[in-house]
Amino acid sequence: MAEENAIDDPMPTAPERLLVSESGLSLSAAAVAEAEPVGAEPSPLRAFWSAFSENRGAVLGLAVVVFISLLALFAPFVAPHSPIEQFRQSVLLPPVWAGGNWTFPFGTDAVGRDVLSRLIYGARISLGIGLSVMVVSVALGIVLGLASAFLRGLVEVVIMRVMDMVVAIPSLVLAILIVAVLGPSLTNTIVAVTVVYLPRYVRLVRAAALAELSKEYVVAAQVAGVGRLRLMFVTVLPNCLAPLIVQAALGISDAILEAAALGFLGLGAQPPTPEWGAMLADAREFIRSAPWIVTLPGLAILVTVVAINLMGDGLRDALDPKLRRS
Amino acid sequence: MLKLILRRVALTLPTFVALMFVTFVAVRLVPGDPIEARTGERGIDPERLAALRHELGLDQPVWKQFLDYVYALLHGDFGVSIVTKTPVLHEFLILFPATLELALCALVFAVVLGVPAGVLAAVKRGSVLDHSVMAVALAGYSMPIFWWGLLLIMFMSEYLGLTPVSGRMDLINYYFEPVTGFMLIDSLLSGEDGAFSAAVAHLILPTIVLGTIPLAVIARMTRSSMLEVLGEDYVRTARAKGLSPLRVVGLHALRNALIPVVTVVGLQTGTLLAGAVLTETIFAWPGVGKWLIESISRRDYPALQGGIMLISAIVILVNLIVDMLYVAINPRIRHG
Repeated sequence: MAEENAIDDPMPTAPERLLVSESGLSLSAAAVAEAEPVGAEPSPLRAFWSAFSENRGAVLGLAVVVFISLLALFAPFVAPHSPIEQFRQSVLLPPVWAGGNWTFPFGTDAVGRDVLSRLIYGARISLGIGLSVMVVSVALGIVLGLASAFLRGLVEVVIMRVMDMVVAIPSLVLAILIVAVLGPSLTNTIVAVTVVYLPRYVRLVRAAALAELSKEYVVAAQVAGVGRLRLMFVTVLPNCLAPLIVQAALGISDAILEAAALGFLGLGAQPPTPEWGAMLADAREFIRSAPWIVTLPGLAILVTVVAINLMGDGLRDALDPKLRRS
Repeated sequence: MLKLILRRVALTLPTFVALMFVTFVAVRLVPGDPIEARTGERGIDPERLAALRHELGLDQPVWKQFLDYVYALLHGDFGVSIVTKTPVLHEFLILFPATLELALCALVFAVVLGVPAGVLAAVKRGSVLDHSVMAVALAGYSMPIFWWGLLLIMFMSEYLGLTPVSGRMDLINYYFEPVTGFMLIDSLLSGEDGAFSAAVAHLILPTIVLGTIPLAVIARMTRSSMLEVLGEDYVRTARAKGLSPLRVVGLHALRNALIPVVTVVGLQTGTLLAGAVLTETIFAWPGVGKWLIESISRRDYPALQGGIMLISAIVILVNLIVDMLYVAINPRIRHG
């Protein structure tokens, strides 16, 4: 992951070293001191892990996220059936603990598709959406945020006013508008959710960059004749990364929830795509007759989102001690 | 103070203009021509087409169309629904009280449970109670509320038979003319036996579903804000003076801890209105959220455009008011 590279770089450039020593210091104050022999500066990665693993919830969240990611990655090998194959002889079969059989451990849906396989493939889609949204909005957020912090003037005014407007429209309502314009599909879901969450990243990068700009090392770099682009991306950006990483992790879970809501409303992934939200939309008629079709996809969303949020909270505590909740 | 208020108001103006611009552009990007939507696929002779285009102002330059749109909006004209042929503003105003009633109930639910939960968690920091509150808050914060709604219907309505499945009112047994648009008030005014309790029964599940995320946010915020305040010198002084813990927490700490909470409560308007779309869809609640979703499936773009414009305007205004309240209750900003 990006943050590990940034911290683990054996030859850090000046600003990176600053990040390293800052986090190293604050962490050693928290917990590392006891684990390391006195006087020895712990390696940044170890310091990070030691602060992160102090939080048991975060480690649990990480474990669940890794598990779900592996399921998603190896879905074709793990899933017992195809997610879209219809077993017409076994329609609405209950799961194994409610009198079903082991051929379909989590039962089947209204057209005889294996619920377990659909859930496993659904992990691909949900995590895929979450990651795509995160990557695109972080990249755009960095560019727009740095641009408005460095160029100021009209560029800043335009970018920030547009962001204000995006924030003013309730997230789901804006996503609905975008999907209505572009047409419902998985790709457009990603576009819509990215637009909705972009302002967070832009504002965060801009604020962090503005705070850095007044520091001496930036002035020193400017005096040394560093070009503007290098100043933006090499000198200042690494020092804005900690809060950005935290926001990015928490942003994945929000994106998953938002995409599932669009899927539920029929505006996201289209059938027969095994998207968790869309699965719930199909399930509404079976509340009475087949509760497992309703329960399981939602549980999958909840567990995934809780795990990512736990992990994100741990990241925040470890990377950004100023934001620590207590 | 007045200068500050005027500044905040002035800052929201560009946002409004941008919002008008976006809804204007969005509707022109939507697949399908408004003329085609009216005439169907039978086709139309060129003369009538030109007349229709003129009538809708589509033969004007785009900048003129935009100015006309802004002019219309400023005069309260939010367009006419293609499907019902009634003004969008009129439809919105009929449906909005249902959404407002639901949102207010959800907010009350979230504050009444969230603030005490957060305070208790902070005071009993590290206890089982604290951990449970935080765990529930995490689950609430991560909850796909449309699924939460389905689960509650499944358990409370279908399995236990305690609450009605959908709608605002038991329309078979009770009928009365809307007076205020708020079912709780109208049912009381109607004087019919049992109408009020029927209205309450219909409200319970949607309120819980819509209030879940704000509840989690408020509980977390109250806890962290309270923890911060409890570490302040003046709280220690109050304790040292020998004041009872209840007095210290309730009077000295809570008042200051609530300042950020008020902001968070205000900023939940957007969350509530977005959540209303899902909640109303699940519970067949006849409010603006459900109406918005139906406008999409009916391809009623003027309704969608006007609805989004109105909802966003409400969010912007509420945020502005919250901003000012924050200034009013926090002297550090007022004099800063």
